[in-house]
Amino acid sequence: MRHKPAIAPNIPSVSADPTVEVTMTVNGQTVTRHVSPRMLLTDFIRHELGLTGTHVGCEHGVCGACTVLIDGRAARACLTFAVQADGAELRTIESEASEDGTLSELQKAFAECHGLQCGYCTPGFIMNIRAHLESGEKLDLSDEGIRDMISGNLCRCTGYKNIVAAVRKSAQHFNRK
Amino acid sequence: MKPPLFDYCSAQSVQDALQKLHETPGALILAGGQSLIPAMNFRLVSPSTLIDINRIPEFRKVEVTSDGIVVGATIRHRDLELDAAVHAANPLLRLALAHVAHVPIRNRGTTVGSLCHADAAAEMPMILLLTGGSVMAQSVSGTRTIPAEEFYKFHMTTAKASDELIVSARFPALPRGAGYGFAEFARRRGDYALAAVGAIVSCDDSGIVTDARLAACGIGSKPVRLTAAENALNGRRADKAAMAEAALATADAVTAPDDTQVTQAYRRHLLAGLTRQVLAQAVSARKEAIA
Repeated sequence: MRHKPAIAPNIPSVSADPTVEVTMTVNGQTVTRHVSPRMLLTDFIRHELGLTGTHVGCEHGVCGACTVLIDGRAARACLTFAVQADGAELRTIESEASEDGTLSELQKAFAECHGLQCGYCTPGFIMNIRAHLESGEKLDLSDEGIRDMISGNLCRCTGYKNIVAAVRKSAQHFNRK
Repeated sequence: MKPPLFDYCSAQSVQDALQKLHETPGALILAGGQSLIPAMNFRLVSPSTLIDINRIPEFRKVEVTSDGIVVGATIRHRDLELDAAVHAANPLLRLALAHVAHVPIRNRGTTVGSLCHADAAAEMPMILLLTGGSVMAQSVSGTRTIPAEEFYKFHMTTAKASDELIVSARFPALPRGAGYGFAEFARRRGDYALAAVGAIVSCDDSGIVTDARLAACGIGSKPVRLTAAENALNGRRADKAAMAEAALATADAVTAPDDTQVTQAYRRHLLAGLTRQVLAQAVSARKEAIA
């Protein structure tokens, strides 16, 4: 006998999971929260900190939409538990534009080259490219080299040509010709 | 797409990690997490406890000596790839590492973790086998060295016992004057290989092959040595005819059946082509080493 589902009177809004305390620096600001060990860093950034610029695409490391910088290196926030980032320095897409909303050179290059359409994948691209530009490693700015650099980020709108142009343009601002 | 509940333990020392692993049924080690966490997100794996070994200083070391490279348990793929001393000791590592997923994955994924995950199409287990490397397994009751050829049993199955932790892996240095090569084919950049081949070719002064080593991944249930192809080269001059014969001799090594991506016949064709490529690379690398 099936019953018609009824609206529950009171669903707890907080997870019943046991929690641990984590402290990290996010975009220059120190934050402390109590989180379940199974909380992914994506969910921590979005739901605990309210920074919704980091996007959730595939949740298994394929699409790159959730890419953030952990201690200066690009990483998948969906393949990292928030507890693992205890003590780390994080940067998200919200660190790109300045306080008054002025876009970073990297963001401007994407806008000028039409490197985005729907924009869902863009934060991941920007953070990945940011890490490469700041890494100090020699960059290969040929089409092939740039395509290798962004191979871990999927875009379903642009076909990548304009993204490649945006990377090359932004690299000029970093004197990485 | 969210992981199931587990207890989390950040181990502070090797002994702490081993003790916890010994006394906790269903516990798994968390290193880079780049294979484990997706498997947990899919709920294919539900460890009772994750023992995080990232804060153990002993594991964050790469030691390069004249005879080999010893890689600690939490060394990231990317660190190994960019390490100049590692590259000087054995350039095959950098060549192969460039094919392991993408930079953001290599930034966190560990080489030892990948060796333990033992995906049959993964590059680094094949490189461990090709170079004649080994892993060091430790538990509360002691330490043992497991050579690559004994370590790999089947797809995602190794000789590691459940209470053992692989504390390091050792890749021997490239033999002096040897040629080497690596080639892989995947449908998309960073995917697991449909097939990949590595080669180390040593010759005497007259150009006769004294020791040909060839290994492949993606073609069966574990990384394999291409012994028939090696036999086709040993004792002969590594000319075009010998290389072509070696490439043809790889066919029986493909045991993977037709799958959703390609047929077995396709993989055989691919393996022969990749073998020709890596042998050509190895011969030209050897000439450069001599010159």
